[in-house]
Amino acid sequence: MADVITYREAVAEGIAREMRRDPAVVCLGEDIAEAGGVFKTTVGLLKEFGPERVWDTPISEQAIVGAAMGAAMTGMRPVAEIMFSDFLACCWDYLANEIPKVRYMTGGQVTVPLVVRTANGGGLGFGAQHSQATENWALTVPGLKIAAPATPADVVGMMAAAIRSDDPVVFFEHKGLLASKGAPPPPGHVVELGRAAVVREGADVTLVALASMVPVALTAASRLAAEGIDVEVVDLRSLIPLDTATVLASLGRTSRLMTVEENPYQGGWGATLVSVVADEGFGLLDAPVRRIAAECVPLPFADALEEQVIPTVDKVVAAVRSLAAY
Amino acid sequence: MEATELLSLYERMALIRRTEKAAHDLFMSGLVKGTTHLAAGHEAIAVGASAALRPDDYVFATYRGHHHAMARGATPEECLAELMSRATGLCAAKGGSMHLTKASANMLGSYAIVGAHLPMAVGAAWSARLRGTGQLAVAFFGDGATNIGAFHEALNLAAVWKLPVLFVCENNLYMEYTPIADVTAVARPAADRAPAYGVPGEVVDGNDVVAVRETVAALAERARAGDGPAIVEAETYRHFGHSRADPAAYRPAEEVERWLKHDPLDLARGRLAELGVDEQTLSAADERARDAVQRAVDAAKNAPPPDPREALTDVWADGGAAWRT
Repeated sequence: MADVITYREAVAEGIAREMRRDPAVVCLGEDIAEAGGVFKTTVGLLKEFGPERVWDTPISEQAIVGAAMGAAMTGMRPVAEIMFSDFLACCWDYLANEIPKVRYMTGGQVTVPLVVRTANGGGLGFGAQHSQATENWALTVPGLKIAAPATPADVVGMMAAAIRSDDPVVFFEHKGLLASKGAPPPPGHVVELGRAAVVREGADVTLVALASMVPVALTAASRLAAEGIDVEVVDLRSLIPLDTATVLASLGRTSRLMTVEENPYQGGWGATLVSVVADEGFGLLDAPVRRIAAECVPLPFADALEEQVIPTVDKVVAAVRSLAAY
Repeated sequence: MEATELLSLYERMALIRRTEKAAHDLFMSGLVKGTTHLAAGHEAIAVGASAALRPDDYVFATYRGHHHAMARGATPEECLAELMSRATGLCAAKGGSMHLTKASANMLGSYAIVGAHLPMAVGAAWSARLRGTGQLAVAFFGDGATNIGAFHEALNLAAVWKLPVLFVCENNLYMEYTPIADVTAVARPAADRAPAYGVPGEVVDGNDVVAVRETVAALAERARAGDGPAIVEAETYRHFGHSRADPAAYRPAEEVERWLKHDPLDLARGRLAELGVDEQTLSAADERARDAVQRAVDAAKNAPPPDPREALTDVWADGGAAWRT
């Protein structure tokens, strides 16, 4: 394997590894087979595994996710692609009402081991209907696991965990990270869902970030180090299960907490996280908790406008500076 | 159809009819909470179709689904206990009337979002083909579901992939309270859509258990042979209202009278008489059904409520509900 792998390549690699080890893993979605995905995240799968296991579908989000559900209930491990996470709204019934509830409402009779993969987030200038960070939509629904990796190795490792999971997983692949590079993961790499990673250690402030906000937080931390502010960065990696233990442990070291979220402030994952901190970590805090999130507006098109809405390194640096001085 | 088989189908229909009547009475007396959508009048569709299926075929039903659970082997006691919020219910009292499921018989659920289960049946058929099992998937749905997007997405995908799935519409003329004809662009809400997807669309008397069985058997054979999906539009009528205590006053008296004279149980009795089955044999079947349902009502009434701790189980495959680590 190459010295580095892109996030984009890691998606196909992660799926291919699972398809090699388990014949029950099958893929379906729009343009995923012949075209290799509109984001080229499924390149090579059709060639290696054939049209029986890698199926191009019509533009029918309900049929894609509904069929994945039916297949998952009957012995397969489908990996369904919804091209842009904004389009999850077209099949939201399956993610809000069907997939997460069927096990519970049948008294545990049915298991739904499926993955819904989707390209998420802004930064590529696709405008309001192709750019949202929608992890928090799924966060409102008990019964869905939520993965949102930030590095190529985590893409592979979390894809393995997601596909092997007997629970449904919504897997958010960040569009802004697709071209990013990282070390290729070793064979058999699995990153358990619900395990956050401390990706930079520090003593003064804990920054908790997800997906594309992880590199933003790390860059901000580097700049702040030059000013003598020692920032710890936690990559949450999964929203469900939510690794509150790692966040509380980090807070025990730094006493200051800030979340960095791409989604709008209203309804963001940070609100759930800091409510746990308020309940269980109040005594650890030496300063108010801060949330840096997107403005509560639809994503605008122009770069000059989008950067007003989504958290940037500059915004994070300024906010941490103020928090550290509290 | 031979008399022995028809008699057995008749008794299954009688069991469903009695169970639905009991469910209605239990609802009216406050022992069933929430809602029920009773399938009295629709029995021949579930029982006739089921008779044409293999035991391992997949069935997906709607919130009006008691008859499908029972046609695939759920007992009156399991169903009524579920309706009455008892621990012994089919879904351990976590589903209720609208979600009867018997996964051990591949009856994979009753879904209360209209049309949502049609794509699931497509997926189950895809899975069956991938695993090479020769199984079929059947989605039963009401006439109202034919106007929702999932119906059309499912039909198209199933037809494109030529999957072994049957779409069986129980056309009882009303989507909830509104005549289906008032809100649908074609006369036959399901069958008239079949040509758009290049699949067969058969209309059948849904109150004639023999006709349903024959129609479904022929289309099932075709689907299993790799010739793709089909639509069955089974014409039928509700004996109760849409749900709960709905008196269905929006239905013309003449129409109600006409359909009640075309009762699936009476039709089967007539056919059995023609086959030489005597009245005494039929009465004995009725009696067995009545006694079985009475025993089920008594058992369900005496069953315990669910353990409150069960509220926090079965979210995840490990049996638990933990959302954080």
